[in-house]
Amino acid sequence: MVSPLDHKLLRDLWRMKGQATAIGAVIAVGVLMLVMMTGLTASLSETRDAYYDRYRLADVFVPVARAPERLASRLAEIPGVSAVETRVEGRALIDLPGQVLPVQAQAVSLPDRGRPSLNDVFLTAGRMPASGRPDEILLLQSFAFAHGLRPGDTLRATMNGARRGFDIVGLAQSPEFLYTTAPGELVPDDARFGVIWMGRSGLAAAYDMAGAFNEALIGLSPEASEDAVLAAVDRLLEPYGGAGAYGLADQFSNRFVSEEISGLEAAAVGVPPIFLAVAAFLLYIVISRMVQSEREEIGLMKAFGYTNTEVGAHYFKLILAIAVGGALAGCLGGIAAGRALIGVYTAYFKFPFLVFQLDPASFVTGVTVSILSASAGGLFVLRRVFALTPATAMRAPAPPNFSRTGRIGHSLNRFLDQPSRMVLRRLTRQPGRMAGSIIGIASGMALSVAMITIYAGFDRTIDLTFSVVDRSDVTVSFTHPVSDKTLFELVRLPGVERAEPVRNVSVVLRHGLESHRGVLIGLPDRPELNRALDADMAPIALPERGVVLSDVLAEMLGVAPGDMLSMDVREGRQPLLQIPVAGTAQTLLGSPAYMDMEALNRTLREPGRVSGAYLTIDEAQADAIYAALQDMPTVAGVSLKSQARDAFVRLMNQGAGAIRYVMGAIAFIITFGIVYNAARIALAERSRDLASLRVIGFSKGEAAFVLLGELAVVTVIALPVGAALGYYLSFGIAAGFSTDLYQIPAVFDPVSYGQATLVVLGAALVSGGLVKRELDHADLIEALKTRE
Amino acid sequence: MTEAAYTTKGLTKVYGEGRSAVHALRGVDLEIPAGEVIVLLGPSGSGKSTLLNIIGGLDRGTEGLVQFRDQRLDEMKDAELTRYRRNHVGFVFQFYNLMPSLTARENVELVTEIAADPMDPDEALALVGLKERTDHFPAQLSGGEQQRVAIARAIAKQPDVLFCDEPTGALDSQTGRSVLRVLADVNERLGSTVLMVTHAASQAQMADRVIHFADGDIREIVENRKKLAPEEIEW
Ligand SMILES: Nc1ncnc2c1ncn2[C@@H]1O[C@H](COP(=O)(O)OP(=O)(O)O)[C@@H](O)[C@H]1O
Ligand SMILES: [Mg+2]
Repeated sequence: MVSPLDHKLLRDLWRMKGQATAIGAVIAVGVLMLVMMTGLTASLSETRDAYYDRYRLADVFVPVARAPERLASRLAEIPGVSAVETRVEGRALIDLPGQVLPVQAQAVSLPDRGRPSLNDVFLTAGRMPASGRPDEILLLQSFAFAHGLRPGDTLRATMNGARRGFDIVGLAQSPEFLYTTAPGELVPDDARFGVIWMGRSGLAAAYDMAGAFNEALIGLSPEASEDAVLAAVDRLLEPYGGAGAYGLADQFSNRFVSEEISGLEAAAVGVPPIFLAVAAFLLYIVISRMVQSEREEIGLMKAFGYTNTEVGAHYFKLILAIAVGGALAGCLGGIAAGRALIGVYTAYFKFPFLVFQLDPASFVTGVTVSILSASAGGLFVLRRVFALTPATAMRAPAPPNFSRTGRIGHSLNRFLDQPSRMVLRRLTRQPGRMAGSIIGIASGMALSVAMITIYAGFDRTIDLTFSVVDRSDVTVSFTHPVSDKTLFELVRLPGVERAEPVRNVSVVLRHGLESHRGVLIGLPDRPELNRALDADMAPIALPERGVVLSDVLAEMLGVAPGDMLSMDVREGRQPLLQIPVAGTAQTLLGSPAYMDMEALNRTLREPGRVSGAYLTIDEAQADAIYAALQDMPTVAGVSLKSQARDAFVRLMNQGAGAIRYVMGAIAFIITFGIVYNAARIALAERSRDLASLRVIGFSKGEAAFVLLGELAVVTVIALPVGAALGYYLSFGIAAGFSTDLYQIPAVFDPVSYGQATLVVLGAALVSGGLVKRELDHADLIEALKTRE
Repeated sequence: MTEAAYTTKGLTKVYGEGRSAVHALRGVDLEIPAGEVIVLLGPSGSGKSTLLNIIGGLDRGTEGLVQFRDQRLDEMKDAELTRYRRNHVGFVFQFYNLMPSLTARENVELVTEIAADPMDPDEALALVGLKERTDHFPAQLSGGEQQRVAIARAIAKQPDVLFCDEPTGALDSQTGRSVLRVLADVNERLGSTVLMVTHAASQAQMADRVIHFADGDIREIVENRKKLAPEEIEW
């Protein structure tokens, strides 16, 4: 026989199905987010590792000016090296019909026979170039797709100054080029950088590299010390113009993929707990209110001789049913959402296959947190109810204390009609309950504020980067550092309004155990177009001595102004310098280091050299300017800020940043769940009073006013409280969304707060409407007869 | 007179503190013999329910001795008091206090499930004349029917003592009489002691003994020699 208490359990669940569903949904989305995010990040890093492994991505990359092929065996003898592959690579320009600017590209050699032992390619269409056919190439699939190129098409490209035609015989993906970006740019863009693979002998002929290589790839044995190998390789290649070997961690594409994944990981670690905590808190409030409303029945069961344990177990089952139901739905939903999103992300990361991975720990965490918070809410109240004797518990709950409201009532009475007074009395008489509802709705408001602030933060990052820090229209990079006189040639072009030089130098910055491989940007005195800004967006005057680091970089290296850095210059004479940190600058994209250009040139003993220029131009003459730039032999590349900006926006909307929309939706569900619950609780607690009101002649509208007036007042009080909570919450969430590539600031923006207010008010209106409909349909007699 | 079911000595109950303290019981000394029908009469607010709740183990006195057979209720721990209620006592409340989400039968089962020697729930419901309505929910029953379910629930465990706090208070006299009939039957057939609070003085005519209560204490106890059947009582 099923115990009558279990009947009660099932019927109670059914009776409060609306509310149970709302609570369950809040738990479910909290857990869903946790499961989804951990599964997503686990799958992505698994997939990345498997991809690298299957296509034998190198552990160490060794650029060198020109080294004889025999050095390959010397490299292989270095302890810890398990595989060596040499190759030829070079810069190329691809001419595309209908495009004014040629697209920059990298040409990479494939062995004339067989597959490379390291950095293999994944052929997605067509075939490999035939040996002895220097005109046959593979093209990077993403680039081909971006321009509608297919196997069988031809391509014109300039290599080492010679223009040639090629046949595209196949398309390929490669773990080495998951992300490609034009030199000197931070944000990847499939369309603006191509990769061409062709046979070694053909490419060697084009770049005068017969019998030599200019890049070595090295695989490490598991126990090898990467640092030791890097040092040994550098020593060996020093006489051949070694530009400094670097590990996979510094490889551009990998760095980018890994940063995106760790961005997701940070969001997975940082954001779901916040959501789950809000859900847990809500659950606590709702469950405690629910048990409170069961006071009489608890007293009754105790009167019959049920023990506290038996009664407690009954309510615990009820709570468990909701919490576990919600948590399980969340786990299933999380798996489904994770699967759906991982598909999107595999496409985005260009992984050719997918290793789907679940994180069982996240199930356990999600279910445990839900159960614990739910039971905490139940136990807390049950303990209070158990402390009462059955006689007291069965009395009508908490005798209202009119005495305090009676007084203020007198002066107000004249202005208020009866229903308004009822609303007011209830609010002042049961401040504890009201506080619960207020905090509940306030946390919904806080979530909305935080999420909308984050949306605004993404916009701000784009704005700041492309309108405040960099105010140019076009960036020109030269093939090598040239005399600053070149700038006059640029300014003389019709339509160029302003040209500002820049000297970029590849460096490795080190401090203690931390190091960073990047570009030191030398800026002229008082620049107008690309500037280093402080936290207040005011330009920083670069000092005579020392570097100014972006605050992200300073944090990465663990340095503060005044500290000394060692700077390993990877160009020219490759000096190793000690340099003080003079200050920090605020940037939201990348992690640049700035230095006064003249001071930099002096330090390098290369006075008057520039490596590129920022231009502002007259849009009307843009095409003529591009054409002229293309004809200048020293110009290696031209990039448009509008394109870079578009690429960045795309990145934020498709990469790790895209998850914010999923989170926003979840935040909205939680907010709605919270507000709806507050309304439902109010209805449950008052249905009898409201029915009495109807019976003594109040209209439906008046009865609803008593109920909804309360909700309205609670919501209005909750809004500023939630706004304040949201302000702090947004810092936590913003930190979760910031990656090493870009930072998301949590800025106070009144518009965000206004939008969040609208979200909460909207949820309140809809909830109020749903509850009112229920109230209108309530059976008066039944409401009076039975206790809810 | 048979042995005492209950003894109280100097039983007081004070609600609240200080100036707003309410002295609901002011030192009640009482002996209740087992197996009788006892009616507690008195004006509203005189402390009848308070007394019933304390000897029924639903509440505790502030001071004084309360004894059930040879057990001191006032010295029991909560768990013991729970066991006492579970094993010996049945309650009928003025406002029925049924579980709204349980049917009539399930409301009775709620008690029989944990009782030592219960009747069949259907049998208990048949006793109160509700054989046909066992699957109805409280909301589908009239007040009298609900009260009869409450009585079925109280008697189904075959309790030693049945406490009834104004069981007919919310009923018309016709329905009330049938409820009283059930109580009398339980007393006769099961030998249960029945302790009933009422403010309808005429109902005292069905009692073996009438306790007149006023202002938190016993005014007088009257033995009723001419016990009437419930059907003969008018109110
Ligand atoms: N929980 C309580 N708190 C405060 N006062 C109470 C409580 N229960 C009863 N009283 C007071 O104790 C007195 C006796 O109440 P009660 O025993 O219910 O009277 P009766 O049942 O005879 O009408 C009354 O004055 C009542 O107001
Ligand atoms: Mg009473």
